[in-house]
Amino acid sequence: MLKKRKLNIIGTPVPKHDGKIRVSGQAVYGHDINLTGMLYGAILRTEHPSAIIEKIDISEALKLEGVECIITADDIDVNNISYKRDHPILKKGEVNCIRDEIAAVAATSKEVAQNAIKLIRVEYKIRKGIYDPIEALEESSPQINKFISGKYKNKNTAEVFKYSHGNIEEEKKKSIVNVSRRFTLPRVTHACMGTSNITAHFDKLSGKLVLYSSTQVPFLYQRDMAHALKMNPSDIRIIQPVIGGGFGSKLDMYPFEPICALLSIKTGKPVQIIYSRQEEFIASPTRQPMIIDIACGADKDGNFTYRDIKIIKDNGAYTSWGATTPFVIMQAFSSLYQVKACKFEATAVYTNNVFAGSFRGYGNPQATFALERIIDLLADKLKISKAEIRLKNANYKNEITGQGLHYETCGHIECLEKVISESNFYNKKNTENGRFRKGIGLASMLHVGGGAKIYRSDGCGTTLKIDPYGYCTIITGSNEIGQGSETVLAMIASEELGIELSKIKVINTDTDIKPWDVGVHASRTSFVAGNSLLGAINILKDKLNNKAKQLLNTENSDFIYQNGMIAIENANEALALDKVVREMHFSEPSELAIASYFYEPLSQFQNKEFKGNVSGTYAFASQAIEVKVDTYTGNIEITNVHTAQDVGKVLNPLLLDGQIHGGILQGIGYAISEEMIYEEGKLLNPNFHNYKLLTASDVPNIHFYPIETNDKQGPYGAKGVGEAPLIPTAAAIANAVCDALDIEVLELPLTPERVLKAINFKK
Amino acid sequence: MQKTEVSKKIKISFELNNRKINMDVKPSSLLLDILRDELGMKGTKPGCNEGECGACTVLINGNAINSCLYLAVNANGKEITTIEGLVKNDGTLDHVQKAIIDNGAVQCGFCTSGMIMSIKSIENYYLSQNNNVKNKKKPNKEEIKKWLEGNLCRCTGYIKIIDAAEKVLINEE
Ligand code: FES
Ligand code: FES
Repeated sequence: MLKKRKLNIIGTPVPKHDGKIRVSGQAVYGHDINLTGMLYGAILRTEHPSAIIEKIDISEALKLEGVECIITADDIDVNNISYKRDHPILKKGEVNCIRDEIAAVAATSKEVAQNAIKLIRVEYKIRKGIYDPIEALEESSPQINKFISGKYKNKNTAEVFKYSHGNIEEEKKKSIVNVSRRFTLPRVTHACMGTSNITAHFDKLSGKLVLYSSTQVPFLYQRDMAHALKMNPSDIRIIQPVIGGGFGSKLDMYPFEPICALLSIKTGKPVQIIYSRQEEFIASPTRQPMIIDIACGADKDGNFTYRDIKIIKDNGAYTSWGATTPFVIMQAFSSLYQVKACKFEATAVYTNNVFAGSFRGYGNPQATFALERIIDLLADKLKISKAEIRLKNANYKNEITGQGLHYETCGHIECLEKVISESNFYNKKNTENGRFRKGIGLASMLHVGGGAKIYRSDGCGTTLKIDPYGYCTIITGSNEIGQGSETVLAMIASEELGIELSKIKVINTDTDIKPWDVGVHASRTSFVAGNSLLGAINILKDKLNNKAKQLLNTENSDFIYQNGMIAIENANEALALDKVVREMHFSEPSELAIASYFYEPLSQFQNKEFKGNVSGTYAFASQAIEVKVDTYTGNIEITNVHTAQDVGKVLNPLLLDGQIHGGILQGIGYAISEEMIYEEGKLLNPNFHNYKLLTASDVPNIHFYPIETNDKQGPYGAKGVGEAPLIPTAAAIANAVCDALDIEVLELPLTPERVLKAINFKK
Repeated sequence: MQKTEVSKKIKISFELNNRKINMDVKPSSLLLDILRDELGMKGTKPGCNEGECGACTVLINGNAINSCLYLAVNANGKEITTIEGLVKNDGTLDHVQKAIIDNGAVQCGFCTSGMIMSIKSIENYYLSQNNNVKNKKKPNKEEIKKWLEGNLCRCTGYIKIIDAAEKVLINEE
C-alpha cells in the first residue's frame, strides 16, 4: 500500500548525479576532444594595444610543413560580433587592445601551429593608447571604436543607462546627514580551471557546422555564430562538452570561436583551439571595472532618503556584456534597502583596454561594495549602530520598490538578524591596540532569484519521457556547468514520479535535440528549468493517470507515485510504472509516455525607464565577516564568515553548500587578492603565480544559515542561489577592515600594500 | 617546405596504472602531453602548463608531481598512477573518489583529478610513515590544507574538498 508522504528526495543531500565521471577522469571536456583528422588552431594577437597595422606577411609561415591554412581579415567574409556589432572577428588596419586577433593558423600539430604563428610578420605603427576612461571622454581624445552608430554625442561613449525614482531634491532637504565618495573597482577575471576551448567541424558535403563549445547559452550562441558567419542558425549544431568552469565567462561569443569555425570551413577538417593559461588571462573577458561616484543621505531617524549615483565603466575597445551590467547595478541602488529617491547614471566608455564580460554577480558586487561602504559611513555620522541602520531600512515582504520590483517573499530582515546574532555583532567591538587588530563588517545583497526578463523570452523547455522499462529521460533546454543543475532536475523527477535516481537520465548538451532555453545566467537554472520540468511532469502524469484509471477500472485519479509504482492512497492494488508505460505504448488507444512543456516566468519586461517586476522572485543575503589585520605586514586574515541567504527553499543542502562556499571564496579573492595589473594596456600578471587565487590554506570558517521563505513561484518554493554568495562579501570585508583599523577604503583589492598605505595615511 | 626540427627520440619504459609501457619520447616531451596525447589518459588535466595549478597532478612512485613540468624521460623505470588507475576493474571507485562525491567536493571537476591524486599522495606518505608503527600518525586539518595548497579550485571554495580529505585521512581506519 502506498501512503502519501512529505518530500522524500527534495531537501536531502543527494551527491552530484554525474559525480562518478567527474572523479574518475571519464568526463570529456573540450580539451579532451580528438576528432579524426583534426587540425590545431592558434591565434596571432597584437603586440601593441594601440597601433596601425601596416603589413601582415604570412609567407614564411605558409612554408612550414603541416600548416594547412592561415587566415587574416582579408580572407574572410563575416559580420562583426558582440551585441553592439562593434567587434571585428579578425582585426583589419588597426588594433585597439592587447587581446586583438590579427591572424589564425590551422596546422597538423599544436607545435606547428605555434611555430607558424611566430613566423607571421606584422609591421605596426604604434599609437598612443587611451587607458583611462575619463581621458577617453575628453573632446581631444580620438575615437577608439569605429563601428558604433553615433547614438551618443561623445565619440567614445558606448552605452548610457539612466534611471530615477522619487524626488531627489526633496529628499536631500529632509536629510540631516549626507555622505559622498568615489569608489574604484578593479579588473578581475574568472580564472576557470579549464581554459577556453572550441572544436569546430564543418562538413563540406552537407554545409553543416558542428561546434563543440563550452558556451553557457547555446541557443543565443547558435544565433550569434550564424550572424557572424552569415549562415543559417539551424545549420549550426552546438554540442556542449563538460565545462571546466563558467561563472559568466561563457555568456558571450568571442572571436576565437568563429575563427575556429572559419578555419574548419576553409580546410573542411575539424579544427580545435585551446587557450593556454596565459592566453586565458590576456584574452578572456573580465569583470567590469568601474568608477562609482555615490552620494547618499539619511534623515534624523536614520531612514535612507536618497541615492545619487554616477558610474563610469571602462568598456575596453569592444563591447561585451560588461556594458549591460547596469541592469543589475541599478537594482542594487534603487531597491536594496528602502530608499525614497534614487538617481542613477552609468556610462560605458571605450578605451584601449580589454573588454569586460559578464561575471557571477553581473555588476552587483561592485554596486554592493559602494552602497554598503556608504551605509557604514552614514551610520558613523548618525552615531547609530551599523546593524541598527540596516535593520531599520531593510526590505520587507510585499514591498514594491521604487523600480517596481515586487518582493512577494523577502528574507532580508531575517538574514540580517541571523548574521547579527550569530556573529555576536553588537559585542564585537574592536578594542585591541597591538599589532593585530580585529574587526567585523556587515553587508547585504539583493539579486534576481527567478531569472531576468531581458531577452524576448526568459523561458526554458523540457521534454520528458518514460521508457517501457520505467527509466526516465529528461531532455532539458538548460545546461550543466558544474553548478549541479542535472542533479536538481533528476531529484525533482525522482520526487514526483517515484523513480529512483539511478534510473533518471538528463540530456542537455545538444541544440539539435534539446528544446529552447535562454541559458545559464541570472541564477535562473534551478528556478526556470525546475518549473519547466514540473510542468512537463504534470502533463505526463495526466497521461499515466488516465491509463492507470483504465487499468484499475476506477474513476479516482488521485494517484501516488512511489518506488516505481502507481496507486491510489491506501488501495490494495498498485501498478508498476513500467507496466503502465507499456500499456500506454502497446494497447489501444496507444500513445507515447512523453510530454513537453515550455515555462516562461511570470516576470515582466521593464519599460524604457527600467521599471517593472523583472524577475519571478528575488534573493536576499546578508553577511557578517570577521577579520584580523596584521598592522605590520598589512595582511588580512578572514577569520569567520557568517552568511544567511534567502534561498526560498533548500533543494539540496550538499550542492547548496558548494555554491555558497565557492561564491564566498571568489568574493574574498575579489576583496583582498585578485587584480589584473596593466601597464599601458599590457597585462603584467597573466599567470597564477602573480594573479593570486586563494588556496586551501586561505579558507575561513564559513557559517551558513539558509533562510526559507518558500516563494510560491519557485519549484518547491526555491529561488536562485548561484550568484548571491559572492555579492556582499567584498563589501563586508571592507567594512570589517575599516572597523578594525579606522581607515578609509576606496578601492579594491585590499592587498597588504594598500592596507599599509591606508594605515600610514591615517597617521 | 620548411621542416620543424625532429629531435632524436629516447626509449623509455615505465609502469602506468600497473601496465608496462615501452615507448620512444622526445627528450623535451612533458609527461602531461605524453599521458594525454599519446597514451589517451585524458583524465589528467592541463590547467596552466606551468606548475601553478595542480590540475595535472599524477603519482610517481606514490608521490604527487605536476606532470606538466615533469620530463617524460625521467619517468623511465618508475611507477605512474593517474586518475584512471584508481578505478578498480569492476568499476568500484577508490575511497578518495567516493569521499569527493559524497562530500559534494566536485563541481566542474576540472581540478578534481589533481585534487584526488594529491590526497592520495598524502595518504601514501602517512602509510609509509606508519609502516610497523603502533601509534599511527595522522595529519591534522591544517596539515591537509598545506598539502593541498598547490591545487587550485575555482568552484568549490575548498571546504568540501578538505572535508573529503579529512574523512579519508583522519576519520577512516
Ligand atoms: S597544469 Fe600542471 S600545474 Fe597547472
Ligand atoms: S571543481 Fe571546478 S575547479 Fe574545482
